[in-house]
Amino acid sequence: MDCHLDIFFLEAVLNGLLLAGLLALLALGLNLVFGVIDVVWICYAELVMVGMYGIHYAHKGGAPFLLAALLGILLVALAGALLHVLVIRPVLDSAPINQLLVTGGVLFFLQAAATMAFGIEFRNIGIRLGSVNLMDMSFAWSRLLTFAVALGGMLALWLFLTRTYMGTAIRAIAQDRQIMPLMGVDQRKVYLVTSAIGGGLAGLAAALMVLQYDIYPQIGLQFGPLIFMICVLGGLGNMIGGFVAAFIIAQFIAVGGSCFATEWGYAIAFLFFMVAIFIRPQGLFAAKS
Amino acid sequence: MIRFSPAAIIGIVALLLLPFAVRFFFAASEKYYLHLLIQILLWSFIYTGWSLMGRFGLTSLGHGAFTGIGAYTTVLLWNFAGLTPWLGIPVGVVLSVIVALLVGYPCFRLRITGHYFALMTLALTEFVRLCIVGLRDYTGGSLGTQPRRYGDGVSLYAMQFEPDRVLSYYVALALWAFGIWMWLKVDRSMDRYALDAANQDEDAAASVGIDVTREKLKITGLSAAMCALGGAIYGQYQMYIGPDTIAGLGVSLNIVFAVIAGGLWVPLGPTVGAVFTQLLSETLRVGMQGSATLRDWLGSAALALDTAVYGLLLVLFIIYMPKGILGTLMEWRGRRKRIADTAAVARTG
Repeated sequence: MDCHLDIFFLEAVLNGLLLAGLLALLALGLNLVFGVIDVVWICYAELVMVGMYGIHYAHKGGAPFLLAALLGILLVALAGALLHVLVIRPVLDSAPINQLLVTGGVLFFLQAAATMAFGIEFRNIGIRLGSVNLMDMSFAWSRLLTFAVALGGMLALWLFLTRTYMGTAIRAIAQDRQIMPLMGVDQRKVYLVTSAIGGGLAGLAAALMVLQYDIYPQIGLQFGPLIFMICVLGGLGNMIGGFVAAFIIAQFIAVGGSCFATEWGYAIAFLFFMVAIFIRPQGLFAAKS
Repeated sequence: MIRFSPAAIIGIVALLLLPFAVRFFFAASEKYYLHLLIQILLWSFIYTGWSLMGRFGLTSLGHGAFTGIGAYTTVLLWNFAGLTPWLGIPVGVVLSVIVALLVGYPCFRLRITGHYFALMTLALTEFVRLCIVGLRDYTGGSLGTQPRRYGDGVSLYAMQFEPDRVLSYYVALALWAFGIWMWLKVDRSMDRYALDAANQDEDAAASVGIDVTREKLKITGLSAAMCALGGAIYGQYQMYIGPDTIAGLGVSLNIVFAVIAGGLWVPLGPTVGAVFTQLLSETLRVGMQGSATLRDWLGSAALALDTAVYGLLLVLFIIYMPKGILGTLMEWRGRRKRIADTAAVARTG
């Protein structure tokens, strides 16, 4: 191992910070859906994958990147709404674990469908934003952009949840599923809107990820477990907690990865997660009991 | 002592004679059909091991870790320390039981259940897979590794039986029978009632004197041990182990889904699940190779078709048939039998 407190260590820490922005955005959509509908979309990372392919092909078809990204976000928002109507709604009243498993079936399906439609090759959208050099460190613009947009997206969601009628209804449903329908809130509509927003956030993450990563059908497996871990660590459904947890986990990955090898960064993060859950089973930042 | 019904005896005899039937009817492709049967039996055993705890609401996504630990420990001890699998497998089993208890104890004490338990065990699976990939100097990383061959291939000392398919079939059959026996033994034990009670209401169960944590740990340890054993034997048969074929999230999800498809609450449910999933993927694969139009249309991507159909079916199963194939069939039969009984009573009464 070669781990010194030098400039490369600082670079790893800062890159970890930038990764955290993306992970926080990814965790946000899953947390929103869980907090409101009480369902874990285990296929969440696969929705991101669908969005990445959508953006890739829209861009290849001639759309400028921003338009392609917008189309991608809409596509995944639609996918989220469809997932809710076709798959989640029929099992809303069955055992919670069935709801988790049913989206696991969707995971298999999306992965295989993507393999059939797009093949197993790694695809790259081919946009290079270059990087910025600061002292001896270098940061990719795509990562800086991701960080900024992720923060912006989270802010926008927060404003939506606190400043609009629909947002207030969503928060109310999350607090009490039984009472709110009696108060005249249309639960079905709230669930549908929440699923679409959750999907839209996955689409936004996809738009940022196509700038940084190659696209392949199994990319969901690379990010999926990580996102769940962050959500659970922050307390499932707790959006602020998920935000903080993303920063902790990203540091383990970035610093661990730079000191040892990439897998070990991830392995240490998972180990930390398990130990942390044993110490605080409700997640590190559980607000509600 | 378990008494066998006439139907069970016929079934056992049929299973014992099956290799000869295969030889008689499919002499040309005997190896292929035996391979299919062996795969089904080995996976059935692993699925049965998972269902021991799955049926009590302990939905673990961590069993891909246990099969991986069993398989890798056995092969690595053989390749690098020359330790025979007769000792290597027990070491692997003990190791995965220790891991299961280490993760299980805090989970059960802190009452981590449902979503949290599933995601917690998912993290364990991912951790073990990353460790396997990370130790690539020994494990071959994501490419996987092979147990070193001993002699001409069939050896008792090295527990290598893969070239002799009929022998492999009996090994797999014995393992499978052991799994079913274990399931029935658990089903008839007091622990089963304790765990059923704990599954329904932990507080109520604890208040009548059930040591919930202890009971859950017992079943988790047993389940992990069986999956580790199954993983190890699977590695010995395949003569190849890879982080995606015997460990990891894919394996965990496959285990859970096959059991749900077959039926979680009946002894042969996991077996039916294994038959169903293996036949599904084989039929689609063979059908694909046979059909030129499909091959031209999909190309090499056709390999993913079985997974796509599989995923779709799982969604449908969980929504419309949560008891699984065998569970639903038995429910129908039970209902018809009840109706017949009532009719008989009505006639005589």
